[in-house]
Formats: sequence, structure tokens, C-alpha cells
Amino acid sequence: MSSRLPSWKELPIGAVILEPGSSRRYKTHEWRTLRPVINQDKCIRCRICWSYCPEPAILEVDKPYVTSTNRRYEITYMVDYDYCKGCGICAQECPVKAIEMVPEVR
Amino acid sequence: MSRALTIRDLPREERFAPGHRMCQGCGAAILMRHITKALPKDTIIVQATGCVEVTTTLYPETSWMNPWLHIAFENAAAGASGVEAAIKVLKKKGQLPPGKEVRVVAIGGDGGTFDIGIQALSGMLERGHDILYIVYDNEAYMNTGIQRSGATPFGAWTTTTPVGKVWHGEWRRKKDIIGIALAHRVPYVATVNPAYLPDLYAKVSKAMSIKGPKLIHAFSPCVPGWRYEPALTITIAKMAVQTGMWINYEIENGVLNVTTPVPKRKPVREYLKLQGRFRHLTDEEINTIQKFVDEQVAYINKLAGKEVIGPVEA
Amino acid sequence: MGKIVPLSGNSAVAYAVKSADVDVISAYPITPQTTIVEKLAEFIANGELDAEMIHVESEHSALSAAVGASAAGARVYTASSSQGIVLMYEIMFIASSLRLPIVMTIAARALSAPINIWNDHSDFMAVSDTGWVMMMAENNQEAHDDVILAYRIAEDPEVLLPVATALDGYFMTHTIEPIDLIEREDALSFAPKRKTWFTLDPDKPVTIGALGDPQWYFEFKRQQYEAMKKSREVFEKSVDEFAKVFGRRYGAVEYFGDENPEVVLVAMGHVVGNIKAYLSRVRGKDSRAGVLKIKLYRPFPEDLIVKYLEGVKIVGVVDRALVPGSASPGPLHSEIVATLRKHGVDAKTLSFVSGLGGRPVTHEHIGVMFSKLSELKDKPASELPKEPLFIGVRE
Repeated sequence: MSSRLPSWKELPIGAVILEPGSSRRYKTHEWRTLRPVINQDKCIRCRICWSYCPEPAILEVDKPYVTSTNRRYEITYMVDYDYCKGCGICAQECPVKAIEMVPEVR
Repeated sequence: MSRALTIRDLPREERFAPGHRMCQGCGAAILMRHITKALPKDTIIVQATGCVEVTTTLYPETSWMNPWLHIAFENAAAGASGVEAAIKVLKKKGQLPPGKEVRVVAIGGDGGTFDIGIQALSGMLERGHDILYIVYDNEAYMNTGIQRSGATPFGAWTTTTPVGKVWHGEWRRKKDIIGIALAHRVPYVATVNPAYLPDLYAKVSKAMSIKGPKLIHAFSPCVPGWRYEPALTITIAKMAVQTGMWINYEIENGVLNVTTPVPKRKPVREYLKLQGRFRHLTDEEINTIQKFVDEQVAYINKLAGKEVIGPVEA
Repeated sequence: MGKIVPLSGNSAVAYAVKSADVDVISAYPITPQTTIVEKLAEFIANGELDAEMIHVESEHSALSAAVGASAAGARVYTASSSQGIVLMYEIMFIASSLRLPIVMTIAARALSAPINIWNDHSDFMAVSDTGWVMMMAENNQEAHDDVILAYRIAEDPEVLLPVATALDGYFMTHTIEPIDLIEREDALSFAPKRKTWFTLDPDKPVTIGALGDPQWYFEFKRQQYEAMKKSREVFEKSVDEFAKVFGRRYGAVEYFGDENPEVVLVAMGHVVGNIKAYLSRVRGKDSRAGVLKIKLYRPFPEDLIVKYLEGVKIVGVVDRALVPGSASPGPLHSEIVATLRKHGVDAKTLSFVSGLGGRPVTHEHIGVMFSKLSELKDKPASELPKEPLFIGVRE
């Protein structure tokens, strides 16, 4: 780490962590060798990928989407690529095979 | 009876933050995510040492949104007893707002619960603390590198029950943690599985609505310990239920209710063959496991008073 | 101030715990601690103390539950002895590292084997490296007062460490003395209940007990070191105020004897009283001898020890515990030697190990120790015994 870490005098005592949910600051995307890509036209918004994600790294957002066959959805499932570790559960469990695991390139 | 929950009932709000270091495809991570969704916000969590503990609280960051305490490996139930007693008396003495409903949950792995933590757990259950204890069972000491525990099933390879000329994986049967909890006459016990999340959500919610000591036993597939590809966590979890290796049920005040009936079972071989830890098993050993499962199914059906889990399909 | 009542050491402790208005008591039965918790149970049963008692299934769980209750913001108390104390050993480190102001009484007792329920300091010494502030009383009044002092020190925002107060098993726990009781009001004005530490509050959710990797762990140990150092200042302030309020003055060390001594015995616990009695009655006032009582063992009050032992020809240290194989098999002797050496004090030292497993340290034994010291006081250090002298053992 390049930034200066706090001295013992600057830290709250007893190693207590005061900020809930702060692991968000740590991005786990570098673990990934495969990345899930959601085909929004194929996706039936069943919520399964979202529910089984261990991170969680699949976001359920109130963003309307109109498919190529003119079907309108009020929500969209999006991969949070900051945290996705590429386990592939989402693709495995998707009932309509709307998620493809593609090789990660950096 | 209330309407069965569906996947649509799971709250969107996350109470377990990403950035944790649990393995790719970790079953316990899925459990924690949905357990925290089901817990009332004013719930204090006391956690035993284990995979989940070390991977979610690497200083200076935490994945937990609830007040959270870890003391040591064998004492989550004792630590939680202290928290619960403190809340009770502080409320009584007016040092906590009287309207505030602060609840307590203890979470431990199978090592921290079946083995080293069994004494503290027994004490907690026997004293009647208003605590829900959840054991995520990945069937070995995964955090230290897949050593066998009292929860390791018959036949499983682990690093301390290796497969060699003399040994052929674990040769003893898994400890019956639900039976142990029931022996303390607790009002509620249940089993949950990450492939059946609405069921899990409903059981955690129900447990939190019941006063007194409760235990939930959670099936927790482990990618490195069970030797399978990370994408298969849910597939394996489902197969466990479909073969009767795992039965989703609850026992409320002595009455058993199977929450995931399985009219026709698949042979246990279908479950075993998905995992490298069972790769070495002979037909004879697989038959032995099938026999164990048949016995357990018969026992559960007897308690249920009807055939909720059916025979193995041909 | 308060009422004077005849009480056993354990009852004296229990009355102080009641006056401190503790919220949670978590304890497991072990001799000779039991009657403290029995008395507390009686107080709760009679409505004299509003506290939750957790009837845990082991001492390990006793301290674990105390940690949980303290982390939840309660004023907590536990007590144990001997095997119970060493069963708590693991959690003692965690309690101090999580900076939780738990107060525990050690009814000092020997360690097995052979199993022995009687008094020595084996348990106390065995846990002296766990990061707790530790003190030991000489009499029942002091054991009573120490509990109140302990809460005041433990909960001080500059300290926030657990505190162990000790009293000798049977010699004090089961011996009755007149006690000037500190009443609840006075105890709570001297050691008010205030939330000075991080607690498990749903409105401000914190994570307590995180994993500290090599990048972070060291800093928290450094903090603990500082807190322990600070506890000495807080101890001094607290005993000063205690003297003003209650009229009884305690010191981290207390000296009794000749003003310009040549030989001094250093000791802890009730034996100090025996040595004082020996000096006053047997040896007479004219001899150049004294006794230095160590009340505060952690942090070890080096400065005061130097102050009292500088200029003394020879110091005998009475240890009621034994660490076979150590450079100094008497743990208290070890501390004294380190202190003298560190501060360039050239007093010679002699290690006496005595009174193990409840064997009384009698005036006869004390006489042997003083005779030895007199005999050796003018010899060069090189001629002194390098091994402890076992006083009262059958050779």
C-alpha cells in the first residue's frame, strides 16, 4: 500500500470497526477469470441469479427495459463487476440461459 | 397457515456487504446474505471463529451491517448468552429504550457448533436464552484446510481422513445436531438449504418471532472442501434435497413439518458423483450411504405421520 | 461511613459487587470462590440487586458471556479460582484485547495436580500475562474495597481494560473480619456507571472482534501497552480519591517496618499481614527489617519498588507459586529482579518459595527467611544461592 497507514494513536481502540458494510471498499473483481454477461433480451426477470449470488454482485435496479420483441420490463438485473468473482452460479442457474460466462480480459 | 413465500418476497435491500473474501461460489455467503435479510435490523450477531468470520471482518473493513461480535471459536453461544442477558437487564433498568426490541443471533460453522462449541451451545439451549443459533454446516474444518469434523459425512475425503491403502475417507456417521438441540426441548428447530431461499427466509423470520432458544441447521456447500466447480453450489444443494441427503423441515413445539416434500427421490449416487470428496467411493460404500439416507427418510416420514419424502425412483 | 459488619472475605467481595450495581453476573462454581456467587444469587433472589445471573456451564463460558454482556454495554462481574481461572485463560486475552472493562475476582488457589483446593498464588500468577490490571488484597476490607476501585479503573476512558482483584483462598475467603461496608450510593458516586467503551448498539452498528492481519495487529497491541501504563496513573488518582472519600489509603505497594532497613521481604496477599505481625511481635522494632507488600501486580509498580528497595542490602521475595525451569522459578522474584536490574538498584535478592497448596506460611517460616537474609546480607552477590529456598517443604 502506498498511502500512509494510521499510527496506533489514530486508531479506535480494540480493533473495533465503526463503519458497517465497509468491505464495499474492497473490490474483489480481480479474482475473476470468467465474467457473466446478461442478455437483457433473453432475461425473463425471474430473480434467480440475483437471489443466488454469494457476493452480492447482481443488482436489481428499477430501470425499465424494452426487449427487441417489444416486451417492457420495469426492472433490470445488472452485474456489479466491482465485486463479481466469476463463480458462474448465475449462469448455471439461469432457467433461460440468458447469462453467458465469457473469458475475462484485462 | 400463512401463504408460502416465493422468491419475490425476498427483500431487495442488502444487509451483507460485498467485498468479503469468501470463496468463489461459497454456499455460506449465500446463506449469510439471506439470513441477514430475514433478521430484524435491531439484531446483534455473535459469530464463532470460522470461514465466515475471517473472510467478512478483515480490519479495517466489515461486511456486516448489524452490530456484530466475535470472541473465539467455541463460545459464540456463550457470548450471545451474555449479550442477551445484558439487553434484558439494561432494558429492565431503563438503560435501553423500553420500546426497542433488540434480538440476538449466534452463528457458527460445524466445527464451532458440533465439536468445540457443543458445550456452550448446550448451555445456551438449556438456560432458555432468547437466541437463534444458526449453524452453517460445510461438513469439515474448511477454514483450516478441510480437516474432518463431527459433521463430516460417512465416506467423505478430508485432509485428515484421506484416501489411502488403509483408510478410505471418513468412516463414521455425521453427528445429529438437530437431535441434540431437541433433547434440550427447544421450541423451534429447522433445517435450511441455500437452494431454497424463500424457505430459508421464512424459517429465519419465524424463528425470530418465537421466544426462547432456537436452532437452525444450514446446509453449506463448500467449493474447495467438497471438490467441485464453483458454479455448481446450488446444483449440489438442490441435489442434496432431491436425493434425501438433506431434508428441509422444521419442528415447532414438537410438531414436524417437511417444508420441501420430495415425492420421488433420486439415488444418492447423483449427489455424490458431483463432488470430488466422494470420488473414491465403491459401490458398496455408496449402498451404505443410500441405506443411511433411507433410514433417515423413514424416520422423518414417521415423525411427519405421512410419506412426505418418497421412495427412490427407479 | 458505612456499617461495620463481620464478613468473610467472599461475602465482603459480594457486598461490594452489589454496591457497584452490576448488571450481569456470569459465573461457574469452583472452590473457594463459590460463596461469592452464592451470596450474589441471594441478593438477586431477595430483590436487593437487580442483575441477570447467567448460570453458565463452565468458566470458559463464564468469561465468554461476560465479554458478550460487557460488549453489549452492561457492567459485568465474574469470579473464579484455580482450574477455573486457567480454563478462562484463552478468553482473558480476548477480554483485554477487546478493551472490555470486566471485573473478576480471583479467590486464589493452587493448580492441579495433585488436585488441591487450598490457597497459593499459582492461578493468579498463571494469568499475569493476559493483559489484565491485577491486584491482590491483604485483608477482607481491602478485598471489599478493591472491587469498587476495580470498576473505577476498568471503566476509565483512558484505561478500558479488565481488572482482576484477588484474595487468598480460605485464609481470606472463608475467614471473618469486621468490614466497613461501602454503600451503593457511595460506590456509584466513586465509580459511576458510564458507557465509556464501544458497545453493540443497533443504532450505531459496530464490528467487534475483527481479524487483524500483519498490517494492523501490532498497532492494537501497542495501544494495549499504553492503556496498561495509563492504568497506573488512574490507579494512583483513584486510591487518592478513595482515601479522601472512604478514609482508607491503599498503595500500589505498601511498606511496613524499619525506616532505614537493611533487609526487606517482598510479599503479596494475607502473608503480608503475617510478616507484619512477625516484625512487630517477634522480631521487635529495633531490627533493621521491613516488608514490602505488592498490591498492584499489573502494571508492576517499578518506580515505587525502586523507591523502597534502593539502599536495602538484601531483598527476600516470598513467592507462593512456582515456575519450574524459569531463570527465577518464583514469578514475583522474577519481577523484582527485573525491576532492580533495569533501574540499576544493586540490592541483592533471594528467592523464597513457600506456602504452596495451602501450607501456612508461619512465623517460624518467616523467621527462617529473615535469618537467611541477615546471614547473607553482607556476602557478595556471587555467594548467594542461585536457586530458590523452599521454606516449609519436607526435604
